[in-house]
Amino acid sequence: MIAIIDYGVGNLRSVEKALEAVGAQARITNDAGAIREAERLVLPGVGAFGECARRLRESGLDKSVLEAAEEGKPLLGLCVGLQLMFDEGHEFGQHEGLGIMRGRVVRFPEGGPRVPQIGWNQIENRTPHPLLEGLADGTYFYFVHSYYIEADDASDVLALTEYGIRYPTVCARGSVCGVQFHPEKSQDAGLRLLANFAKPGKN
Amino acid sequence: MLAKRIIPCLDVDRGRVVKGIRFVDLIDAGDPVEQARRYDREGADELVFLDIIASSDSRDIVRDMVRRVADSVFIPFTVGGGIRTVEDMRAILASGADKVSLNTAAIKDPTIITEGAKAFGSQAIVVAIDARRIQGDAEEQGRERGRGDTETRRRGEEILTPDPRPPTPDTKWAVYTHGGRTPAGLDAIEWARQAERLGAGEILLTSMDADGTRDGYDIELTRAISEAVKIPVIASGGAGSLDHLYEALNDGKASAVLAASIFHFGEFTVGQAKDYLRARGLPMR
Repeated sequence: MIAIIDYGVGNLRSVEKALEAVGAQARITNDAGAIREAERLVLPGVGAFGECARRLRESGLDKSVLEAAEEGKPLLGLCVGLQLMFDEGHEFGQHEGLGIMRGRVVRFPEGGPRVPQIGWNQIENRTPHPLLEGLADGTYFYFVHSYYIEADDASDVLALTEYGIRYPTVCARGSVCGVQFHPEKSQDAGLRLLANFAKPGKN
Repeated sequence: MLAKRIIPCLDVDRGRVVKGIRFVDLIDAGDPVEQARRYDREGADELVFLDIIASSDSRDIVRDMVRRVADSVFIPFTVGGGIRTVEDMRAILASGADKVSLNTAAIKDPTIITEGAKAFGSQAIVVAIDARRIQGDAEEQGRERGRGDTETRRRGEEILTPDPRPPTPDTKWAVYTHGGRTPAGLDAIEWARQAERLGAGEILLTSMDADGTRDGYDIELTRAISEAVKIPVIASGGAGSLDHLYEALNDGKASAVLAASIFHFGEFTVGQAKDYLRARGLPMR
């Protein structure tokens, strides 16, 4: 069973339906016990980093996430859910993240392309990883964001995307991974990625 | 590279598609789920559902439609029409839509843009602007109309006759509501800037002069708004050929094009449009 962590942000229904569409059993939950029992976790997130971080902390589920990371339980962060894995976010002030990966989340530079980035963009410079099986360089995913990750440790980065700058959009460290885009809104490519997460090595 | 987007628009009434594609093999052409699935398979980048009547009693029906679409199509979609409050937005977004489009409600009370952006993030808030070319000053005309006596209204009608001349450096665009009939007393460029400042994530820009003509988008308007704001602009109104899509994306600098009839009548598929635009050098998915 995959637990989709419900800490009061965003539209979790699409994530649940997309996981179901690839044959996974998924459940939206805010129950620490259910999260502990789940085989895999998905940490979603939309909107501002600080607001997401605050809500995750207030729900107490930040501990569940950290515990899972320590145990080596597979964990997938989506959009702000990935950003939260890093040390800190600079959206409307400076906010502390979960600190599972080293780096920070900062705004796209002034004078670059339109912000927010909205639409379909590609992954590049892909490092082979079970999460990206069957998804070549150049594959399009749906992105919506104004802030991006500056990762300090290049070994955490699995793929980059170009939007004025090149920045990390698929990251992993141990059992924890995440994507800056929305696989649940990225049609076949997104479903493939979710299938890779849900059933690694079975595709 | 970020791709340009093609967004088919479906008009719905009480949860049924009333202006959609005439796919011959659809069992039920009025079913939004079947239509959405078909566009998804053709390669549409997003979808927009516009509730054209948006009566208060159709709200539950629209929510149910949103839920069914979200459960079967894994591309982003926007719902517009009749959304007046943050609670309206919450209901639509919680049912599975990715964005809501605000039009009249945002003009009546612009703070709703900020409230929505705070509650759901700017990425979920699209501000729809219906604009027309005018002669003279948009705010002045809005005031004239607002006075309401018959004489002024008659004068207003005269002043507000759409400007058929090609645009000049003095051309202005005014914001309209009610399908292009009622002037809102706002300059379209100023309103787009204000919407951006208030927290809109995208502008859905419709030229009421071009809408329905199939003579092409209003490129000058599209470019003027695209250059005035930093958020993405979706061009709408007037598409009659694939070249029109190219013009709006390339010359008009739009991030996306909304189109209805060129797809609905089966003249072109979304896939054909993308092949054409790709061949002309635009980044397409």
